[in-house]
Amino acid sequence: MDWTDDGIILSARRHGETSVIVSLLTREHGRCAGLVRGGTGRRQRGVLQAGTLVRATWRARLAEHLGNLSCEPISSAVAGVLGDSMRLAALSAACAVAEAALPEREPYPGAFEGLCILMDSLAGEAWPTVFVKWELGLLAELGYGLDLSCCAATGRNDQLAYVSPKTGRAVSLSAGEPYRNLLLRLPEFLILGDVLASPAEVFDGLALTGYFLTRHVFAAGSVPPARARLFDRMRAAAEAG
Amino acid sequence: MAGGEIERLIQLLAKLPGLGPRSARRAALYLLKRQEAALVPLLRAMGDAAAHVRTCSVCGNLDTADPCSICSDGKRDATLVCVVEDVADLWAMERAGVFRGRYHVLGGVLSALDGVGPEDLAIPALVRRVVEQEVKEVVLATGVTVDGQTTAHYIADRLAGTGVAVSGLAHGVPVGGELDYLDDGTIAAALRARHPL
Repeated sequence: MDWTDDGIILSARRHGETSVIVSLLTREHGRCAGLVRGGTGRRQRGVLQAGTLVRATWRARLAEHLGNLSCEPISSAVAGVLGDSMRLAALSAACAVAEAALPEREPYPGAFEGLCILMDSLAGEAWPTVFVKWELGLLAELGYGLDLSCCAATGRNDQLAYVSPKTGRAVSLSAGEPYRNLLLRLPEFLILGDVLASPAEVFDGLALTGYFLTRHVFAAGSVPPARARLFDRMRAAAEAG
Repeated sequence: MAGGEIERLIQLLAKLPGLGPRSARRAALYLLKRQEAALVPLLRAMGDAAAHVRTCSVCGNLDTADPCSICSDGKRDATLVCVVEDVADLWAMERAGVFRGRYHVLGGVLSALDGVGPEDLAIPALVRRVVEQEVKEVVLATGVTVDGQTTAHYIADRLAGTGVAVSGLAHGVPVGGELDYLDDGTIAAALRARHPL
């Protein structure tokens, strides 16, 4: 059996001397892995980098086999971000989160489209908010979506400022004030849909999605190191103002 | 077909990089047919290497002396340190013959997939070295891959408080390269790093 689909490379691990096992998130086939023969060679090495959008062809005798992959590059955000530590950290974190969060061979077209948008956004200034929104979307796709439409306590939708760590529902400023130390901060850009946000707001956003990803998706204490590094960098940027 | 000793020799040779079972069989046959000319000198060289080659406690290079010949060479600039992923990269830099500073071998790159974290690499030793040996510039020569450059940025962050100048290798068109054969990313990087002529 075989299929051809667009996919974003999430990781590439050397296998033997010349081959590479590539994991990629495809539009119609979800997260898939396959063996790329000659993947360590000069011609393919540059293509098989995390974050590269490829046209992938997967072939195997049986569906449950690892299969052989061939990847034709479509576009890559990698070259544009290698010199920027924050953007590179975001690219690595997004790929690591997708790799760790999504089950294999189950299609999540929303997660794929979102990741494509995130990779495109790395060339501009809006990528931090896009990253947080993509993680929120990922949570929703996996069945753990947050309800940010109205306050869980009052039912009103004005001045939403917190999220309950227990229910994942928004809480208004007045209702949440007595419990502010127990609640997660809800950054304004997630309510207003702003494209740009301050590092402090993005940090709050990453803390919010990170809490629920850790609670529902990642096994306890196993946040991907690449995501933890992005979180630390954003914390440093927020503290620096 | 072959005796136990020969089979064992073939099995061990087949584990070497670049050799499969067939080529290992050819190599074993070659060695056994030319025992005096090839096998015995090879045995002696391997024995000597096993007995004397060690990892340099300063830079991580492989040499018969500790510190290695590069670290103990007084003509080299001790204030300039080039950080490489592996000893093979150090050898590549030395082949070029243009770098007159010293080296620091990391022993790999940060890799979430393979579970390689900062504590698994020689990064703390690099920071110590920079502080103690009054290094003025660190050249980060890690690979131009996502993991390689992530490692480079991580090291740059760790060195930020030491006051040392940190630089990285340029990315772009290789010598003898033709644009038609280059990938989009390399062309984009080369264009960004263009310089006046």
